[in-house]
Amino acid sequence: MQAIDFTVVLQAWPYLCSGLAFSLALTATAFTAGIVLGTGLALAQHLEIPVLGHADRIYIATMRSIPLILVLFWFFFLVPIILGSLSPDGRPISIGPTSTAFITFCLFEAAYYSEIIRVGLRALNRGQVEASHALGLTTPQAYRYVVLPQVARTVAPIVLSQTIILFQDTSLVYVLSLTDLVGAASKLVQLNGRFVELSVTVALVYLAICSLASHCVAILKRRTAAHAAQR
Amino acid sequence: MFDVLFDQASDGQRYLDWLMSGLGWTLALAFFGWWIAFAVGVLVGVGRTVERRSVALLARLYVEIFRNIPVLVQMFLWYFVLPEILPAAAGGWLKQLPPPWGSFLPALACLSFYTASRVAEQVRAGIEALPKGQAEATRALGLSSVQAYRLVILPQALRLIVPSLTSEVMAIYKNTSVALTIGLLELTAQARQVSEETFQTFAAFGAATLAYLTLALVAYGLMTLVDRRFHIPGPAQRSRPRFGRLRTAKGA
Repeated sequence: MQAIDFTVVLQAWPYLCSGLAFSLALTATAFTAGIVLGTGLALAQHLEIPVLGHADRIYIATMRSIPLILVLFWFFFLVPIILGSLSPDGRPISIGPTSTAFITFCLFEAAYYSEIIRVGLRALNRGQVEASHALGLTTPQAYRYVVLPQVARTVAPIVLSQTIILFQDTSLVYVLSLTDLVGAASKLVQLNGRFVELSVTVALVYLAICSLASHCVAILKRRTAAHAAQR
Repeated sequence: MFDVLFDQASDGQRYLDWLMSGLGWTLALAFFGWWIAFAVGVLVGVGRTVERRSVALLARLYVEIFRNIPVLVQMFLWYFVLPEILPAAAGGWLKQLPPPWGSFLPALACLSFYTASRVAEQVRAGIEALPKGQAEATRALGLSSVQAYRLVILPQALRLIVPSLTSEVMAIYKNTSVALTIGLLELTAQARQVSEETFQTFAAFGAATLAYLTLALVAYGLMTLVDRRFHIPGPAQRSRPRFGRLRTAKGA
């Protein structure tokens, strides 16, 4: 085989960066949508809304029990059919792998975030809601102004750890042949055969980003703990 | 709906046999991977709590590296890169392993060492959750540090973390599916093959999904039994393992 030569990485750098940008965009989108949707799912369970609360428990347990790759395959197959059944002529609508990945990650992460938020909701003192009611706030107001801000603070470190896992998991869009960081590297490997240099580079990029992020989360966690101890 | 699974495939077997063979590889990977991960994880977790700086630093380095690189990338490192950087004889041997061993062994190594880094964090959290007096008492009793870990600290710490280990058990059987990227025909890969051959995607993915759900229930049930058998009796309120418990429990 060829001698190991890391100068190929320099030439490949711009392309790898565009892949990394895709990974980050997917992470950011799935984070935002996942938190919004996850909060909704968690509230439906917490407030024991009939039917909806049960349905989303089954949804969350299922999502958390099957591998992400299988979920990606499912959505790649199902989303066109579901969209088709909504359209007037009922024919499947193909939306391509990129949109599939975005939809899948949003819905998949919602299940994980919702479980974290639900635990946070359960840990909060019930007196907070009762006090809000006593002050004349409606239930939506109580959750909006009193409950959720406190839950957000307590679950922030766990949510962020989960987001680091999410960022790592976005590499799995490789199975849909998308050009994220791993996909970009694998496409370059097909051209120049430099898989040792490129795999190691990709690993180091992930290592740098995720280590940095987990240190920030650890600092935040210590602050949250110190803050909780003060009260 | 699942009728198609009993049809004959191109190789004379039934499609159901394809799925069963995939399930077998998934189980083998998860089972052996778990025990290696547990053994390595306990060692590294202990390493993070010992007083000797060099050992603690090495253990920390291990966790940092294996936890912060995606499983998929680690899979590629074990499968594509390791044979290249090993001495030629060893690398050649690895490359020439007959299928499926050529992908099974790298996948097993990858999942074991990745999961070990997560187990190590749980073990460390368990050890740190013990009252300081426990370690001090072992010293007062004249136990060596190996004896202290073996007889006093680990037995308690491991019993404390059974609920958080449940989520790691559930994570490892899900992560086995990543092995399909290096060509191991485990359950998800077989489901995709069945779907591609028969165009009965619902049946193929549905059967795989049911199998994974069953595995989740079995893993959860087993860990609940383990927890019931080993939990430290006493008045202290403890959390039971919950179905689909947080992956990022204490140690994360």
